[in-house]
Amino acid sequence: MKTTRIIPRLDIKGPNLVKGIHLEGLRVLGNPADFAKYYYENGADELMFMDVVASLYERNSLHDIISEAAKQKFIPITVGGGLRSISDIKEVLRVGADKVCLNTAVIKDPELIRQSSRKFGSSTIVVAIEAIKEENGKYLAYTDNGREYTGIDVFEWAKKVDELGAGEIVITSVDNEGTGQGFDLDLISKISSLVSIPVIAHGGAGTKQQVIDLLNENTADAVMLSSLFHYQFIKKNEARVSLDEGNTEFLKQKRNFHTFEPCSVKDLKKSLVENKIECRI
Amino acid sequence: MIANKKKVVIIDYQLGNLYSVKQACDAVGMNIIVSSLKSDILAADALILPGVGAFIEAMNNLKKLDLIDLIKIKVNSGTPLLGICLGLQLLFTKSEEFGSGNGLNLIPGIIKRFPNRIDQRKIKVPHISWNQIYKSNYNWENTPLRDLKDNEFMYFIHSYYVQPDNNICVLTNTNYDGIEFCSSVIKENIFATQFHPEKSADKGISIYKNWGLINNIL
Repeated sequence: MKTTRIIPRLDIKGPNLVKGIHLEGLRVLGNPADFAKYYYENGADELMFMDVVASLYERNSLHDIISEAAKQKFIPITVGGGLRSISDIKEVLRVGADKVCLNTAVIKDPELIRQSSRKFGSSTIVVAIEAIKEENGKYLAYTDNGREYTGIDVFEWAKKVDELGAGEIVITSVDNEGTGQGFDLDLISKISSLVSIPVIAHGGAGTKQQVIDLLNENTADAVMLSSLFHYQFIKKNEARVSLDEGNTEFLKQKRNFHTFEPCSVKDLKKSLVENKIECRI
Repeated sequence: MIANKKKVVIIDYQLGNLYSVKQACDAVGMNIIVSSLKSDILAADALILPGVGAFIEAMNNLKKLDLIDLIKIKVNSGTPLLGICLGLQLLFTKSEEFGSGNGLNLIPGIIKRFPNRIDQRKIKVPHISWNQIYKSNYNWENTPLRDLKDNEFMYFIHSYYVQPDNNICVLTNTNYDGIEFCSSVIKENIFATQFHPEKSADKGISIYKNWGLINNIL
């Protein structure tokens, strides 16, 4: 059989879990360890930790969070953000990551995909592609959370990523990310048809139904979700967070997530199974 | 730590991530050493052969570390061995992977790659998913899988799979997108899985616990 993986994504800034819109305008949501524990116990298939500022400031600050998570969570952990070299990759694997997610570094030096997949096994190397749709309808790849223009065609790049030996692709629609307006189905299905490796869809989910619609198309092999799950967690749990760091207005005001119908990992999986979409429950 | 507690060595052949395997062993209370030293492996009461990465590089590293004969001697003299993922594949005779030589040949059989296509249908490779393990003819009762129900989900991440010459060692099978393959084997003191029990949540950890209990190393 073929089962779909549900992967909560935790964007990390310093000590906090954050969430943006179009990968920008980061709001502080809480302590990453609390969210990770909750998702693990709720049946997440993997966890993704993304250090959202590492690439910009050229630093790695995730190590403590990862090794703590890897001690108690016996599911695969992928780590991304600011990994630039073989030795950076080696270091996060050493502290407990199972896979690494690369974007900026491999756009600058595509050979790093080949080198790292040879060294660590292709299944360890996940390449993130951040796509923005231009006015002429063309999709271009961006780096640094959708900030840096590269001029590279997303579809050409995806084929190259596959050829160079990556194990998986995370395709993010920056246009849809954080909006809750649904996935870019065309983007995901085209990427999936062009490559022979698994494709993880990311960006835009606001409701369970949108995830079901995506998976009914049978193009994505996994789904990466954040807002949908994070907002449900916040609704249910009092956030344990230092309110003097970062933008916490959103949390303090207990804002309504009007475009979202938050749900738990368990709820989502139940609905998937009811819709005859295979997953682990 | 209790003195005289049996020593389990995770064989470190300098490829991939041993952290999660060690965490799982710690979680069930094994007395664990991670080592590539012959002296440690020689003195081990049980061995774990983990693995992520390429078959050829793994065998080259084992050769460089001069561990090939030692592992075979230990296993042939009855030391329990747990193989995981590439660690399962290394136990077999040889791989179809380009440029690969021979494996440890403790279990006769070959390593094959999943096809990218069957007729017109595309198969995504690597196989990365939680997938079900189901019974072959083998009863799970006295094996490390004894606490699991048939069709339990385990975590898989691999492009190659093993094809034993003799099906008698096949403990479980799994079906990936229409392709049935052997997902775990048992042969005397050898137990090995294609999936990652240390990445398969509490059900996976029960496999470590039961492997430890059955072999009196806990």
